Amino acid sequence: MASVTYKNVYKRFGDVEVIKNMNLDIADKEFMVFVGPSGCGKSTNLRLLAGLEEISEGEIYIGDRVVNDVPPKDRDIAMVFQSYALYPHMSVYDNMAFGLKLRKTPKDEIDKRVKEAGEILGLANLLDRKPKALSGGQRQRVAVGRAIVRDPAVFLMDEPLSNLDAKLRVSARASISKLHRDLETTFIYVTHDQVEAMTMGDRIAVLEDGYLRQVDSPRNLYNLPANMFVAGFIGSPSMNFFDATLVGEEGNLYVDTGDFRMKVPEARRAPYEAYVGKQVIFGLRPEHIYQAEFAAPNIVPAPFEAMVEVVELLGHELHLYLNSGSKSFVATIDIRVQTHVGERMSLVGDMNNMHLFDKDTEEAIR
Amino acid sequence: MQNIDTTPQELSTGAKIVAAVVRIAVAIAIPLLAFGVLYAGFLFLRDSEAPKWLVVIVAVIWGVGGVALLYWVFNWLVEQLPDNWIAILQPFVFVGPALFILTWFLALPTIRSFWISLFDRAGPPDSFFSIFTDGMPASFVGLANYKAIFTERLMREAFRNNILWIVFGSTFSVIFGLIVAVLADRSRWERVAKSLVFLPMAISFVGAGVIWNFMYEVRPPNIPQIGLVNAIVVALGGEAHSWPAYTAISPWNNLFLIVIVIWLQVGFSMVLFSAALKGIPEELMEAGRIDGAKESQIFFRIMIPYIRGTIITVWTTIVIFTLKIFDVVWVMTGGQFGTEVIATQFYRQSFVARNPGYGSAIAIILLVAVIPVMIYNLRQFREQEAF
Repeated sequence: MASVTYKNVYKRFGDVEVIKNMNLDIADKEFMVFVGPSGCGKSTNLRLLAGLEEISEGEIYIGDRVVNDVPPKDRDIAMVFQSYALYPHMSVYDNMAFGLKLRKTPKDEIDKRVKEAGEILGLANLLDRKPKALSGGQRQRVAVGRAIVRDPAVFLMDEPLSNLDAKLRVSARASISKLHRDLETTFIYVTHDQVEAMTMGDRIAVLEDGYLRQVDSPRNLYNLPANMFVAGFIGSPSMNFFDATLVGEEGNLYVDTGDFRMKVPEARRAPYEAYVGKQVIFGLRPEHIYQAEFAAPNIVPAPFEAMVEVVELLGHELHLYLNSGSKSFVATIDIRVQTHVGERMSLVGDMNNMHLFDKDTEEAIR
Repeated sequence: MQNIDTTPQELSTGAKIVAAVVRIAVAIAIPLLAFGVLYAGFLFLRDSEAPKWLVVIVAVIWGVGGVALLYWVFNWLVEQLPDNWIAILQPFVFVGPALFILTWFLALPTIRSFWISLFDRAGPPDSFFSIFTDGMPASFVGLANYKAIFTERLMREAFRNNILWIVFGSTFSVIFGLIVAVLADRSRWERVAKSLVFLPMAISFVGAGVIWNFMYEVRPPNIPQIGLVNAIVVALGGEAHSWPAYTAISPWNNLFLIVIVIWLQVGFSMVLFSAALKGIPEELMEAGRIDGAKESQIFFRIMIPYIRGTIITVWTTIVIFTLKIFDVVWVMTGGQFGTEVIATQFYRQSFVARNPGYGSAIAIILLVAVIPVMIYNLRQFREQEAF
């Protein structure tokens, strides 16, 4: 059990800087998710913490110990790899026992822990098998088992579910969350899948291009994205962005995209006053756009119109690709709406959930 | 042959017999026809007065094209049959001739060697069938040749030496190959180092023998030693010897011959090990590191077991090599000074001492010794494919 701290961490491969000034405090027993598109540095951050890569600059702490020069085996961590990295010549039992044997744990202690882990993970009757004879889901559980028998201070998981099929992934997701509750240990989990991130993490660190873009709870990331990248990355379909101007008229504030004009609610006005008359980016999530007749109660409606270009019915959701005149966007509409391509549709946006971003810095205006 | 079941439906016994006969006929007819065609071509070209280059071109087209045409014709013939007969016969159009030729050139000589090994230097009767009319000739000695093999002094020396060859030759080839592969893998000079180690592979055993003759060259004590080994020995205050012929250290003088084959074979084992090592996923080693393994433990407990199949394959391959070793011994010492091996004995008895019966018996013993290793080796190959 331990906290983890990244302090001004940089990682360079030759001239390429892949981690740029990473600063992050991960609390003890927290479930932290690193998420981002491929090449964003999430795995590298994990490998720096594991000691598989050398830190170019800055410090990483596990607990209050700087681990920059501590070899992986002495960092009191365990890691689950994307490929599972099971030792192919060892049985499931030996795979799990290997780390303990190397640490000269007494034999019956090893036996007890491995059997316990086997019980927890439903591997009890597979302990004699070689990895070759296991299914993908079983291998994944062995990889997790190998980590938990070690009882480490920090658990690292590098996309452990990405090799499973979609159905198995859902149940494995739940069992890892449960494992975290039961073990009461710090978990750091790398994924490119925002659903995994949102469902599992206590907090999520969103990375892009080596930069840490935002760290917050799943709810806050969704409701209060700090910048356009996070706003666009979290949520599916992605947030719509419109180039717009903030216009002040008759004591009211409007977002004017050229195609339509929407009134900013009184309650949200304060931070935007400084941007009146300026170019901004207006963000609105697809699920915050409604067909006029099916608008949800308790929203701050702002009517506008758009032409239907593509209709996608997913069963529980209806995605419409619309065009407001000069700009295409997506809306998630009530499935009772009957529509067809080419229809001109009356819509309302929920301005309570509007987002405004600075056009130059792409940071949210708060 | 009948148990290779390619038939879509059950055949009657009569049809099975017909199938077997036609299969064998196809297997024999194609190569016989091919030899006929090739021989006719040979006679034709030999007697023609066309320019050399034309003869070469015609020969290539005749040889390759003729055989291809033959296969094509037989395949076409089979395809005219009903569907289930095509399934029965078609494989044998292609596999049959190979099996037949293999039998002709490998199995028959083996059986013949065994037959010869039952006779003394006068050899077997000209016709096998004469034993039924005239009875066994006086030259028949039964298994006496085999008894001699295990009692005669030179043969026992050969067995001893072959064991030395197997133990030291294969073990050190594997160990050095592995060391070079591991070290080269971590070096900036990987390609250069590997090329240098691999180069001797291109040298024939006889060539290597000649080279090492220079290495072991010995000069009288009062003139400078030009052989590298003796130059070093003398420089260190030792006494120059013709090392492979230095019987005072017998049987260890054999090691000076074994070194040559190690030098030749390390390249082979290094290349295979290098490929196998590169095939170990990086994450496996990283998992080991996180699990708490030191680099040496990663090497012995993860890498070595991972490439175990390759190690066994390389090891058995070199065991087979060293069991059959001949050229190096023949060139370096001719089997003198206590360096006789099974193969040199075989050659000496068959072609120098003109005792083909005894020589054949040795060859059969050598074969029997190689076969189990061979089977093990093949099994390893198959397992690796499945891996």
